[in-house]
This record gives sequence, structure tokens and C-alpha cells, in this order.
Amino acid sequence: MNRYPVWKYVIIVIALVVGGLYALPNFFGESPAVQVSAAKASTKVDVSTLAQVQAALKTAGIEAELVALDGASIKVRLGSTDVQLKAKDAIQKALVTDAGNPGYVVALNLLSRSPAWLTSLHAAPMYLGLDLRGGVHFMLQVDMQAALVKRAESLAGDVRTSLREKNIRHSGISRNAQTIEVRFRDMPTLTAAKAVFQDQFADLQTADAADGAEFKLTASIKPEAARRIQDQALKQNITTLHNRINELGVAEPVIQQQGLDRIVVQLPGVQDTAKAKDILGRTATLEVRMVDESAEARSAELGTGMVPFGAERYLDRSGQAVIVKKQVILTGENLTDAQPGFDSQTQEPTVNLNLDAKGTRIFRDVTRENVGKRMAILLFEKGKGEVVTAPVIRTEIGGGRVQISGRMTTVEANDTALLLRAGSLAAPMEIIEETTIGPSLGAENINKGFHSVTWGFLAVAAFMCLYYMLFGVFSSIALAFNLLLLVAVLSMLQATLTLPGMAAMALVLGMAIDSNVLINERVREELRNGASAQAAIHTGYDRAWATIFDSNITTLIAGLALLAFGSGPVRGFAVVHCLGIMTSMFSAVFFSRGVVNLWYGRQNRLKTVSIGTVWRPDTGTALKAE
Amino acid sequence: MEFFRIRRDIPFMRHALVFNIISLLTFLAAVFFLFTRGLHLSVEFTGGTLMEVTYAQPADLGAVRSTVAKLGFADVQVQNFGTARDVLIRLPAQKGVSSAQQSTQVMAALKASDASASMRRTEFVGPQVGDELAADGLKALAFVVVGIMIYLAVRFEWKFAVAAIIANLHDVIIIMGFFAFFQWEFSLPVLAAVLAVLGYSVNESVVIFDRIRENFRRYRKMTTVEIINNAITSTISRTIITHGSTQMMVLSMLLFGGATLHYFAMALTIGILFGIYSSVFVAAAIAMWLGIQREDLVKGNVAKKDIDPNDPNAGATV
Repeated sequence: MNRYPVWKYVIIVIALVVGGLYALPNFFGESPAVQVSAAKASTKVDVSTLAQVQAALKTAGIEAELVALDGASIKVRLGSTDVQLKAKDAIQKALVTDAGNPGYVVALNLLSRSPAWLTSLHAAPMYLGLDLRGGVHFMLQVDMQAALVKRAESLAGDVRTSLREKNIRHSGISRNAQTIEVRFRDMPTLTAAKAVFQDQFADLQTADAADGAEFKLTASIKPEAARRIQDQALKQNITTLHNRINELGVAEPVIQQQGLDRIVVQLPGVQDTAKAKDILGRTATLEVRMVDESAEARSAELGTGMVPFGAERYLDRSGQAVIVKKQVILTGENLTDAQPGFDSQTQEPTVNLNLDAKGTRIFRDVTRENVGKRMAILLFEKGKGEVVTAPVIRTEIGGGRVQISGRMTTVEANDTALLLRAGSLAAPMEIIEETTIGPSLGAENINKGFHSVTWGFLAVAAFMCLYYMLFGVFSSIALAFNLLLLVAVLSMLQATLTLPGMAAMALVLGMAIDSNVLINERVREELRNGASAQAAIHTGYDRAWATIFDSNITTLIAGLALLAFGSGPVRGFAVVHCLGIMTSMFSAVFFSRGVVNLWYGRQNRLKTVSIGTVWRPDTGTALKAE
Repeated sequence: MEFFRIRRDIPFMRHALVFNIISLLTFLAAVFFLFTRGLHLSVEFTGGTLMEVTYAQPADLGAVRSTVAKLGFADVQVQNFGTARDVLIRLPAQKGVSSAQQSTQVMAALKASDASASMRRTEFVGPQVGDELAADGLKALAFVVVGIMIYLAVRFEWKFAVAAIIANLHDVIIIMGFFAFFQWEFSLPVLAAVLAVLGYSVNESVVIFDRIRENFRRYRKMTTVEIINNAITSTISRTIITHGSTQMMVLSMLLFGGATLHYFAMALTIGILFGIYSSVFVAAAIAMWLGIQREDLVKGNVAKKDIDPNDPNAGATV
């Protein structure tokens, strides 16, 4: 009666092997490493970069344990932190030729020491949270109202232009918070204007009202359009943050959307919060200027002459010099959007810009007067300018929609659009939560968590073995198996392990033993009531199962509530807690039964089981059930 | 080894009224302290800045306090944390001052007065986050209560659901009462511990209720009180052992987990101890007052000796 069919043992063995494999990387620890990734969308990390890195290490005489291309980054694993710093310098020197304008991010990191065959199985150690490895955590609140106001402002400009084009006379357009108000002298004009709104401004909804002697049309942004605008603003801010954080040289930054209007930034290993905050809060500016095309400027561009008076020399992204006039035509404030696209006639890749009303007016005037000349778009960051693109003006551009095309690949169009957009934040942001954890505290926290789990586990296991003898040993093995499974599942999911997570691990082990206590007590009770050894094991397990299931469900309800409503540390706790309950049901019931069956199941004439003393009240004497 | 050699059923319910009055008094005391003293909420809930600074030698709290006060921050709390060399500084949320700068400013001032000061941890939370966390915490509590009640009502009967939830909410309030009385810091991990305890100690009630149901089926001549006494007596050994095991883990956290896990482990300890008490004396007693009877649990299939596997009331037994 206490035998498992072969397939159940197969399941157990598979769980053991898979669990063992995926938990294994956690035991190898981590080595110092240097990680190289691209700082810009235009630079690529590929095999040639790998060769460069290898050559650099060779000339510096540094022996690396591993140099490998992993996705979009190169990872170099090294023996010690001293070598790590040396290697970082050597690689930095080889790859980053212009310190002011780095193409690559060379950052210090930690890399798992697990052998290559494990890594090829995608078995990686658990990802340690900031409280265990040190670093900075920010939560930023995006001011969505400001994004909507900005959008309403630019729409107001568009409305003005459209009404003029259609020759609809109005007596004033104004923006009031997020709504646009247009006044008309008579009703027919208002109706005509309404038609224009319906035709050209899909994002706006209108309402009209009599306002004294005049008629007022109030247009507001539709809720679905508002949602889209907010979504775009958030995405754009995330892109901008990505670009900026690249400069900090952080190996594995986390930049994530949280909720509808928040962004979480986590920078492991960064200690300099002041610099990090500075970079997050910085604003880049975009400027549109004319290219100086005089003879002196031409020669200056080729590097043979002086830069003429009233002009400046900037480099474009390929390193080509461009001489531009000092006078600024437009700034990034007038640019509302930049998207890559295709020319409808030539099918060439293009970058499409949208300008606001003021920008449109200036742009029209400038382009009318300068057909055939070049115009440069510059991005200034940290006071350093770079020419993003310098196209030739072909015709007068009036509608506020600018198309840049010619000699661009799709990738280049994408990059340029990104740069133009990323130059500025779509909406202002505010830091609403900030946590910094020093590296020593992180290491200490790992130790504390590890000790809590280890000592707690040993104490429980020792008690179980003493109290329940051999059954206690089985229970302890099942508990160890539970820990193994939990670590393996967390590693597989690459869940972030935090200190509360480690606490949850300890707590789950303490609770998981409950199932085994239930089973063992029940088996004892069956023995006490005079059941035979085999029957006692059988009914003990069967009857305990329903209770175990019930009690785990209630614990799981609490865990799920924490998962659903918790944030930050609570969520880290809840993830481990919930997973631990699941693995405990498998290990404490299915697995421990397997072990018991393996030991006792084949003995047909089993007289006694080693489950400690079974005391019988009727005789008043304790029977040793061994 | 066998710790519990119980010959006769212990008459747990004989003094149920006394225990219930004790519970009520403890509960009222907890509520009283919650209202008069209030919870000492952590920075996560109140908003503000928290800094943990460590010095090479035992820190002079007075000097630290005056250094920080010179910067013009009001209501600054400075206290030792863990060892004499570690200092915890708490700055309330301030309007106008970009809160993110606060910690940088304070750190610079501390470094200037004592170069050995080094930052271990800073935490800044804006006021809007704090309110949200409190709201989310209450939502989570409501979710757990409703979820567990529905589950118990379906699995057993509404009287049990009410009894279990009253018993365990009484635990929760008492844990919070302790935190209010001793002014221990109530942080997010503590909240997690409280909710985990709620789910955990309901287990206890479930085990006892399971046994009560089984007894109603088995011993048809016993009175309700006798049945409850027997159920508690036969599960008490398991109750003490499992809670003991869990407590060993928690104790290990209390000893080795350091300051961060201290209050978390503390909340769990109180929760586990009161969990035993409330399942035995409160939950079963309330179920008794609510008047559980055989007919509530054994519907129609009283005659059946063997447990039908398809029976939704087929009980778990211990």
C-alpha cells in the first residue's frame, strides 16, 4: 500500500535534478567583472568590439577568466578587484577615444562564477536586490498635467493655423489650462469651425456655448487621446532617462514604468547619489540654427581656415565638422514630436518633426528665405553641442510638419528621431522616493539573511530528528528539498531577492514544517489507536492532506493580498512567501511520502516505524515504537 | 519523545467566559493604546528622510543633533541604531526644500564636523507615497479578511468563518497594540508580518474546526462543549509543535537578522504566541457562543461512517 508507481519517482528525480541544476549557480558566487555596452543607439557592440577588448587586455597583460559577447554587451570576468580596475582602464582607453563623447559604457559589475555549461542552460543565480548589493533606488513621479497642458498649448497653435487656412474668422483663441477656447461673432462661423475641428483634430472634443454677444467653442482633449499623450510622455521620459544613465556607467540599470505615471530607477553599485540625481534632473536642449555657407566657413569646415565671426564649429555624429551660425532660430521647446517614417513618394526613410504654433511661424519664414541652404539641428547636453542632422531646405515649409529625408537608413532615421525626442523630457518629473544602500550594508544584509535561514533551518531539523526520529529525518530532508526548490524557482524566474525576501524564506521554512508535523502526529495517532505500521503511514498521509491543503490556502490568501497591494519590500516578501507555500506542498507531502515509501514501502512484514515514542493512555506506559 | 501525555480531555471550555473576558480586556487595552499613543510609523508611511550614518568611534548624539539643527531642519530625530557607532537620523518631509537634496546637505555637514562619518543608507519618501502605502495596507488587510471568510464559509460554515476571523483580527489588533505601547517602529515589513500572521494563525483555527467537525460525525452522544474540548485536546500537541518550529525560525531571525528584521521578527513572535491562544480559547469559544451544532456541519449524511471523497464537507483530520 505504501509504494509509489515508477512515474512518481520519475517526477521526483526530475524535480531534484532540475532544482539542483538551477539552484547550483547560487553556490559559485560572483566575480568582479567589467561590462562593455553601447552608450548610444548608433554604436554597436559586436564581434569586432570583442576583438578590440581582447586586444586591449592582451597589450595590458591582463589575464581574464572569461571574455564573452552576451547579447548587446561584452562581459569580462576577472580574478580580483585590483585586476578589475586595471582591466576597466585598459578597455576604456582602447574603446573610448573621445572622453567627452563616449561611444561605449565601460562599467564595473559582478558576474556569476558558474561554469559555462550552466550559463548555457540559462541557469543564473538569483538577482540580488539593492538592499543586498548596495546602490540607489529612485521613484519619479511624472507630472502628467504638465504634459497635457503642453499638448493643449501646441494644439491651440495648430487650431489657429487651420482656421486661418480655411479662412474662418474668429475673435480670439486662448488656452485655459487644458482646454482651448475659440470665440466667434456669429453662429455659422462657429459651425464651420466645428467642422474643421471634427475634420482635422481627432484628439479634441468640442462644446459650444453662447458667451454674451459672442459664441464660444471650447475644445478639450478626449480622454483616450489624453491617455495616449500620457503614455507617450512616460515612454519618452524613460527613453531620456536611459540615455542619461548610460553616462553614469552603470552595468545593469533598471528603468521601469510603475503604475500610470511613475518611473522606478534602480542603479546597483552606484553610491554617488548627488551625481545620479543631477543626471536624472538635467535638461538637454535642442537648437535649430542655420549652417554658415560662406567661403571662410567652407574652408573652416575642411580644417584649413579660421571659424568666421558669428559662427561656431560643431561636430556631427560621424565626426564631420559643421560650421553653424550663432543665432538660434528655434529651440527644443517648439518641437512637439519627432518620429521616424517613410516618404510617401520615394519610400525613403525620413524623420518627421512636429512644431508648435510659434515654431511653425518662425520655421515658415526662415525656410522661405533660405531655400537651397542647409539648416542644422543641434543637441546640447552638459554644455556640449553636437549636430544631430544638417539637412538642405528644399521648399518653404508652412504647416509645422517637417520632414527630414535623404541618404538615411531606417536605423539612422530611428536613431535621429530618438535623439531629437530624448533631448528633452516630455513632462517634468519629481523624485518622490529615494533609497541609498551602502555596499557594506548590502554585504552585511546578505550575511544576516543567510544566518537567519541557516540557523533556523538547523534548529528545526535538529528538533524534528530528535522528536520524530527517522520520520523527523525524512521531514528534514523534505524541508531541505523545499529550500532547494524555492531557490531554484527564484533563480529560474530571475526574481529579485531582497532582505524581506530572505525573511520570507526563513518564515516559509518554519511554516512548511507544519505539514510534516501534521503528518507525523497523525501517523502516531493511528499507531496509538492500534493500526498496523503500514496502515498508519497510509492513513496518516491521506488524512493530513486535506488539513494541509486548507491551511496552505489561507496562508496563500494572505500572500496574494500582499502581492496584489504591496510595493517595494512587501512585494519582495510576498513573492517568496507565495512561491514557498507552493513548493512546500510538493516537498512536504509528495516528496516526503516518496522518501517514506522508498524506506518502508517494500517491507511487507513491517512491525514498527521509527517515529519516536507513541504513548498510549490506556496502558499508561510509553511504548517505544521501534 | 512525546511531550503531551494527556489522559483525559482538558476542559478548555469550562472557563471560556473568563478567557473571553481576558481577551476582551487585552483587546480593549490594545485599542486604547492605539488611539492614545498611536503607531510609531516609519518613514515609508509618514514621508520624510531617513539616514543611517556610521562613525569610526561611538557617536556623540548631541553633536550630531546640533549639526543637523544648524542646517535649519525642524523636528529632527537623532538616535542610536544597533551599535553606539551607528546613528539614525530622521528628517520630516518639508515643503519647498527639494527633499532629494536634504540627505546630501546633511551628510556634507556631518562629514565636515567628523570626517569618519560615512553614509550607510538613506531613504527618502514623498508624502503622497506614504498615504498610498497606508491605503494599500488597509486594502490588503480587507482582502485577506474577506478572502479567508469566504473560504471558511464555503469550506465549513459561516459561524466558523466569523469565529475565526474575530479571533485572528483580535491577534492583529493586539500586535499593533504592542507596537503602539512600546512605540516600536511600524514599517512595511512589519505590516507584511502582520498579514502573514493573519493567514498563518487562521490555519490553527482551521485545524481545530476540522477536528470539531470530525468529532461531530464520530461521537454522536457528546455535547458540543465536550466535542470542542476533545478537538482541542487532540490537536494541542500538533499546535504547540508547529508553532514551536515556526517560532524557532523567527527566533533565528530575531537573533541573526539584525536591526532591519528585528521588528518584523518581533511582530511574528507576538503573532505566533497570541495565535495559539486565540485559536484555542477565542475562536472555539466564539464558535460555541454562536451556537454551532451537529446539524450545521453534518448535513444529511450523518449515518455515513466512511468519508465520501466527493463530499464537500469531507473533513480534514489531524
